[in-house]
Parts: sequence; C-alpha cells; structure tokens
Amino acid sequence: MDSVRQRGRWWRFGLLVFAPFALAGCGQDVLVLHPAGPVAKEIDRLIVLSVILLLVVIVPVLALTAYIVWRYRDKPGNRAPYAPHWTDSRLLEWVWWAIPVVIVGILGAYTAKTTFALTRPPESNSDVVTVDVVSLDWKWLFLYPDEHVATVNYCVIPTGVPVQFVLTSDAPINSFWVPQLAGQEYTMPGMALRLWVQADEPGNYYGHGANFTGKGFADMAFTVEAQPEQAFASWALMLRQSAPPLTQAGYQQLKAPGVVGRISYGGFPKGLFDQVVWEDGGQYMPGMWNMTSSGHSQASSGSNLASLSGGEGR
Amino acid sequence: MNPALRQFADHFLMWNEGPLIWISDALIALTVVGIVVTLTYTKRWGWLWREWLTTTDHKRIGIMYLVCALLMLFRGGVDALLMRTQLAFPGEHFLDAEHYDQIFTTHGTIMILFMAMPFIFALFNIVVPLQIGARDVAFPYLNAISFWLFFFGALLFNISFVFGGSPDAGWVSYPPLTELGFDPGPGENYYLVAINLSGIGTIATGINFLVTILRMRAPGMTWNRVPLFTWSVLAACIVILAAFPALTVALALLLLDRLAGTHFFTILHGGNPMMFINLFWVWGHPEVYIVILPAFGVYSEVVATFSRKPIFGYKSMVASLLLISVISYLVWAHHFFTMGAGADVNTFFAIASMCVGIPTGVKIFNWLFTMYRGRILLTLPMLWTLAFIPNFVTGGATGILLAAAPEDYQYHNSYFLIAHFHQTLIGGVVYGMLAGMYYWWPKMFGFKLDEKIGKVAFWLWNVGFYVCFMPQYALGLMGMQRRMYTYPANMGWNTLNLVSTIGAYLMGLAFLVIVWQVLYSIRHGERDVTGDPWDGRTLEWSLPSPVPEYNFAVIPTVTARDMWWAAKHEGQMEHVRPRAEEIRDVHVPKHTARPFLIGLSFFVAGFGLVFQWYVLTVVGLVGVLCCLLIRALEEDDEVVIAADTIRHHEATLGRV
Repeated sequence: MDSVRQRGRWWRFGLLVFAPFALAGCGQDVLVLHPAGPVAKEIDRLIVLSVILLLVVIVPVLALTAYIVWRYRDKPGNRAPYAPHWTDSRLLEWVWWAIPVVIVGILGAYTAKTTFALTRPPESNSDVVTVDVVSLDWKWLFLYPDEHVATVNYCVIPTGVPVQFVLTSDAPINSFWVPQLAGQEYTMPGMALRLWVQADEPGNYYGHGANFTGKGFADMAFTVEAQPEQAFASWALMLRQSAPPLTQAGYQQLKAPGVVGRISYGGFPKGLFDQVVWEDGGQYMPGMWNMTSSGHSQASSGSNLASLSGGEGR
Repeated sequence: MNPALRQFADHFLMWNEGPLIWISDALIALTVVGIVVTLTYTKRWGWLWREWLTTTDHKRIGIMYLVCALLMLFRGGVDALLMRTQLAFPGEHFLDAEHYDQIFTTHGTIMILFMAMPFIFALFNIVVPLQIGARDVAFPYLNAISFWLFFFGALLFNISFVFGGSPDAGWVSYPPLTELGFDPGPGENYYLVAINLSGIGTIATGINFLVTILRMRAPGMTWNRVPLFTWSVLAACIVILAAFPALTVALALLLLDRLAGTHFFTILHGGNPMMFINLFWVWGHPEVYIVILPAFGVYSEVVATFSRKPIFGYKSMVASLLLISVISYLVWAHHFFTMGAGADVNTFFAIASMCVGIPTGVKIFNWLFTMYRGRILLTLPMLWTLAFIPNFVTGGATGILLAAAPEDYQYHNSYFLIAHFHQTLIGGVVYGMLAGMYYWWPKMFGFKLDEKIGKVAFWLWNVGFYVCFMPQYALGLMGMQRRMYTYPANMGWNTLNLVSTIGAYLMGLAFLVIVWQVLYSIRHGERDVTGDPWDGRTLEWSLPSPVPEYNFAVIPTVTARDMWWAAKHEGQMEHVRPRAEEIRDVHVPKHTARPFLIGLSFFVAGFGLVFQWYVLTVVGLVGVLCCLLIRALEEDDEVVIAADTIRHHEATLGRV
C-alpha cells in the first residue's frame, strides 16, 4: 500500500518535470518546432536528428547511474561485489573515449552540411525579394528597395518566394528573430548581414528582437505577414498610392528612442539603407563596402550585395 | 529641504526611485549597525583585525572567501527572485524596465564573478596546500592581496545599487549599448572598474596556485600521485592565466572609451564593437571552465571517498582535465554564431564546442565506474555529487544542441539558452561547490554540518531546480527571449513562467535551510575529534581539524597516490604523522595590514574613476604606491613558531 502511494508520488513528480517537454512536442505555441518554411524546416530537421543522437547516449547513462547507485549502496547485507583495487581497464576506457567521438563525428558532419546549406537561398524558380531591415531604439524599420515602400514593426512577404532580409542597426546591436521562418541573425551598426527566409503558407508569423538593447527592448515585437504573390504586389501598390512617404526628417524622428505601433510609408529617401550603414561605420569596414564609387551613391537598386561581400551572413 | 541636499539625494542616492531603493538602504544600514554593535558588545574588534583582516594564512583567507561567496550567493539569489517575481505573470508592474535591466545585469555579474569565483578560491585556499603537504601557498602575502582586491572589487560593485545606480546593459556589456551615447550613467563604470579590480586579484591567484602546485609538493608526490582536486586547480590556473588578461584589456579599453573619449569600440572613427565581443568571450568561455574544473576535482575526491575505492582511470581523468583546458580556448565564437561569420568559421567553432563533450563524457563514465563495485555512502557531499551527474549530463546535452551552429540560430538569446547555462552552472558548479563545502567543512571548523537539515535543503533545492529551469527550455522553444522585463499574455507563456517562479522560490527556501543548517550545526553539529571524519584518502585528512597554523608539524614523504588511505590500510600511519624528534622551528609570514590597505586604496581609486572624481583616484593610487614601497623596503617579514611550541601543541592533540 505504502509503496503504491510512493510510486504514485514519484509519477506525479515526473509528470511535473517532463510536462514542459511533452508540451513542447505538440502545442502550436512552440514556434521553433512548428517551422513554416524551408529554412526553418532545415534547422528543425537538424534539431530532431541531434536530439535523437543525444538520447542514444543520455538514456543509457542515466539508467546506468541509477543502477550503480542502487546496486552498490552501502547497506548491511548488500551482497554486490566490492573490489577496492579495481581501478583501471584499458578496454572500458577505449569504449568511453570512442562513444562520444563517434557521436560528435556524426553530429559534426550534419552540422557542417546544414551550416553551409543555410548560406544558400532556398531553392525556387521565382526572383528573390529583398527587404532591408533597420533595428532602431525600440522599433523595426523595413525598407522595400524594389517596391519603394516602407513599414514599421510589421512586414509583408510573398509566399513561396525566397526573401533575403538585409539587416543593419542604427542603434545598439539587436537580433532579428522569426522563429517559424528562419531563426535569427544579428543587426550590427555599420554592417549589413543577410538572412534567407521563405514562407510556404500565408499567415502572420511572430518576430522579436533577441539581443538586449535597453529600456524598450521588451516592446520590440514585429509581425511577418506572408501573403500570396498577387496580394503582396497589390499591398505594395496600395501603399505606394495611399500612404505618405518617409522623409529624411521623418527618419530622424523615427530614430529617436521610443516605442511606436505599426506605421506604413508609400516611399522613402533613395539609398536610405546604404546611407545608414555608411554613416554608422560602414565607411571604416574594409571589404565591407564597395569603396570605389562614393559609397552610398550606388544606392537604391535592389542590391545591397556590395555591402555583403565582406561578411557572408547567411 | 535644502536644494543641494535634495539634488544629492535624488542623483546619487536615488531616493526618488521608490521603495526598492529605500528598502535596500534600510537593510544595509541595519546590517552595518548590527555588525558594529555585535563586534563592540562582544569586544571582537581586535580579534577581527588580528585574526582575520591582517592574516596571510591560506586557511583563514579561504574561509573569508567562503563567507563572501555565500553572501554573494544570497545577493545574486535575491536578484533572481526579484526577476522571477516580475515574470510570474504577464504584464506585471512589480519592477519597471530600468530596475529589471539593472537586476539581471547584477545577477549575472555577481553569480559568475563574485559568487562562483570566490567559492572556487575558497576551496583552492583551504585544500590545495593541505593536499600536497605544504605549509602555505607559494606567495602568502600576494594571496592576501588577491583576496582584498576581490573583496573591495565586490564591495564597489555592490554599492552601485544604492549609490549612483547599477550597470544595466547585461553582464556581457556589449558596446555600443555600453558606450556613452547609449549609457551615460555611472553604473557601467562601476561594472568596468569593479571587475577589473577583482580580476587583477584573480590573475595573481592563478599565478600563486600554479607555482604552489609546481614547486611545493611534498617529497615523493610525483605527478602520478597528485590528488585530482589539485590537478583540477592546476588546470583551472592555466586557464586563468591565459584568459583573464583578455578581460582586463577589454574592460580597460572600454573604460578608456567612456572616460577618455577614445574609440576602441565605438562604431565611428574606426573603432569596432566586434573586437570587444571577441575579447570578452575569449575570456568568457574559458571562464566557465575555470569554475567547472575545480568542481570536477571536488566530485573526483568525493566519489572516491564515499565509494571507498580509488578513482577509476586516474590517467584518463588527468588527461581529460588538461584537454578541457586546451579546448576551452577554441570555442569562444560559439557565443555569436549569428554575428555574420562565414559558414567555415561557424563550422569550426561548432565542432570544437562539441568536442568539449568528449573529455567530459569520459569523466562521467569514470565517476560511474569508481562507484561500480564500490560501497556507496549517501552522505551530503555524495548526494550533491550524485545529483550533479544526471543534471550535468542533460545540461551538457542541451549544450551540444546549442553548439550546432544552425540550431543556435533558433536557441540563441532565448530562454532555452538561459535554461542550458543555469543547468551547467548550477548543476555543475554550484552543486560541486556545495559538495566541496560539506566535504571539507569539518576540516575548516572542526565539526560536521547536520545531515538531516542538509537533506531537507538538498531535496528542496533539487526539486526547485527542475521546476524552475525545465519550463524555461520550453519557453525558449516557444519564442521567449531573455532579458524581457515583461511579456504579453497571448503567447502561451503564462503557465510555464509561473511554474518557473515557484521553482525559484523553492531554491530560495533551500538556501535559507542551508543557513539554518550552519547556525544549528555550530551548536549541535557532530564534532570532528579525529581529523578524519569521512575515512578520507588524501593528506589533508591526516591533520587535526581545524588545522594548526603551521599545517604539517613535519612534512610527510609521499609513497602512494591516495597516501593517507594507503597508510591507514597498511597500518603505517606513523609514516605520515609527525615524530617528536623530527619537529623543527617553522617560519610563517607575519600578519600584515598592507594587503587590506592596498585593497582599500584601490577601492578609493576605483570609486574616483567611477564618478570621475580624479582627486580620489590620485589619493588611492598614492596609497597603493606607499604600501608597495614599504613592502619593498621590508627586511624581516617572518615569525618563527618554535619547535617546542609545535611539539607541545601536537602533544595536546595526542599526535606525538
């Protein structure tokens, strides 16, 4: 009777401890494990593989620990062998140097493969869409160099199309994180880093700054809205026609520390993104910038790729 | 109220910021008054000065480190509970963003630099000379300076909360957030100056113990016979010497940026914040191995003692310690996989980081096979060691997940990361330090800590730990970032956060039980009259508890790996214990106030730097210089303990 109750208690304790993991498996809230595009799915595959590999080691080790402690506990009448001079075994030592080497070998190989794979754009026949991202204190500015529109704290991307987010910061270092689409990449002042993203299905995806930037950091959420290509094009058109443009003065105002809601702009100063990178230190980064032309004048074409030549980003 | 006074109260004492500051002020005032009254009432001022503040005895310095570590564990723990209280429910207003930012910054900095570091140094000091058969460390005077630099560094850091404001940019202190443009207050200066003060002390400690272990082992103690805790200290000291200078330089340059207008890490004028981030982690990652290696050493001693069996695979254990200290330098960039390095760089650091798992895994197996075919006694040190194994194995596994660079694009800066490093630093380092504290407590004070109360604390802590940190893994996967002072209610994070907070309070309760355990045991703890309460294996257990000032009346000659165990089992204890006719005069260093005064002078100088009151800086540095000069001109810095005195003392202990 007593032992049954005891077991019941242990069971409940175990449930409490492992409930989060059980929850992690199924709930829709567990964004990282519900990838919605090829980039995040690639990461997710590696997560699953590495968890399985590690469980292969952990579970036997934990079982062995429990067994050894129970079997060799110091208790009158314990008849388990006691061998106080048995302190070496070449064979056993080889075994447990080899086990972690093999596991690290397998996992390392897959990690290398995925790391390189993620620097390439997702495979697709469509043209690449570019979105320039500037993290500010404490808001996100999205610039569309090809569509000539801009947004704050939300962005719209077409589904089924590779999108390259080109990231910089006009404030302390932040990190651009969209768990269901691509993981994260830092936004660095004076640098432009690239993050490949693709959404398979329409939907609103949660994003947030991940690197601490001060007082308003907790308010740096944004939404990535994935819409079919057609809807994306008409959204951009509508913005161009109806929303007021972002001016230089407007940008300076936006840049001042503070928290704002969503804003839409029907245009923005040519070359704003390149100008921000240049002025925040890009001018001092050898190899970071195409120095021959006067830096920021190459500007407003969709390609900030000149600025990406130094750091490969992703 | 006088406007000047009013301005002082608002600007420096921050009395306009509300009850949190007022309560802290009141508590500090009460504590100070309490200490002063107690010391005066019990007429202990002279005792405090002569026996403690001016001592160069490694055992007393170790005890002072231990007291500081426990106090800082309390302070850091209160920070943790304040944060968890704020995060218990979504959209709370218990703390505002600024206070929350200050508190997570001080929590991290204090726990790593002012709790974990002094805790390992406490054990270095108390154990190493006794374990290798030495009378003191190589440089006792320097050892005292190290302690007082640490002490005044910690003091400087702690007063920031009630005088001028705490640092609030995270314990990693990345520029440009920490440059003047974004962070003008004195808090960040406190961080930079205080850590550098104690950091210099740490480098000196590294040198001191490296030399002690290299040069001061008892005759016959070959490398093959050095106890594993001492090996782990050696490995940690090598890492300290190579890693801490990087931190010193990084913090000094950032301080110059802030005080002298240089541009080492500003974005403009050719500076580069990435340099700071690299330098910081070139120190920062080895730092976690600096604190975990001595914990590994403790586990090795405890497992062997309480399995009543020598450690399994001694040579593998030594090799893995040294291998970890080498690999620890090759992994720093895994703290910023997402900072735009190329796939080649990320792959290198990913695989190097995973490689740490290899020697660590070997150690786990060797501990398990030390217990295998042993006889396991479930004492308090052993319980903490046994709890460490599953905790660290799972924490290490999530570390391998984080090391896989592409996965880190999801885990980085999330609560998944928070859960991981708390699991390795608490489950690895804190469990090890507590095991070490329980294990060597009778050696320090001559009595055991009460087992029954200790078991209550053990279970509270362990249950609390899993309840607190397992939900945080899930929160990370659900997209919750670290360092948010509050969160919205619609993300599905509410329940898990509340559960986590409950776990944190359980751990806080466990800490209080440990305090009660210490107080109770001072009165009622089992006295250690033999000096060997655990049936120990290494030389420190051949000495009486507490150990006399001169440690060994006669330095023993070592002929086996677990020397004391071997002597006991071959019935040759007299080879280790002193013989009356062999006892000679012993020279020990004089007590000196100068290490204390050097620390105090550096404190004054550092305080001047924080507020740019350079007169204070000059005064402080002159004080340091005077102490150095007097030391340089000192002729006679030793006193002799006469052979007769030692003989008499040993006789009263019944040892000769």
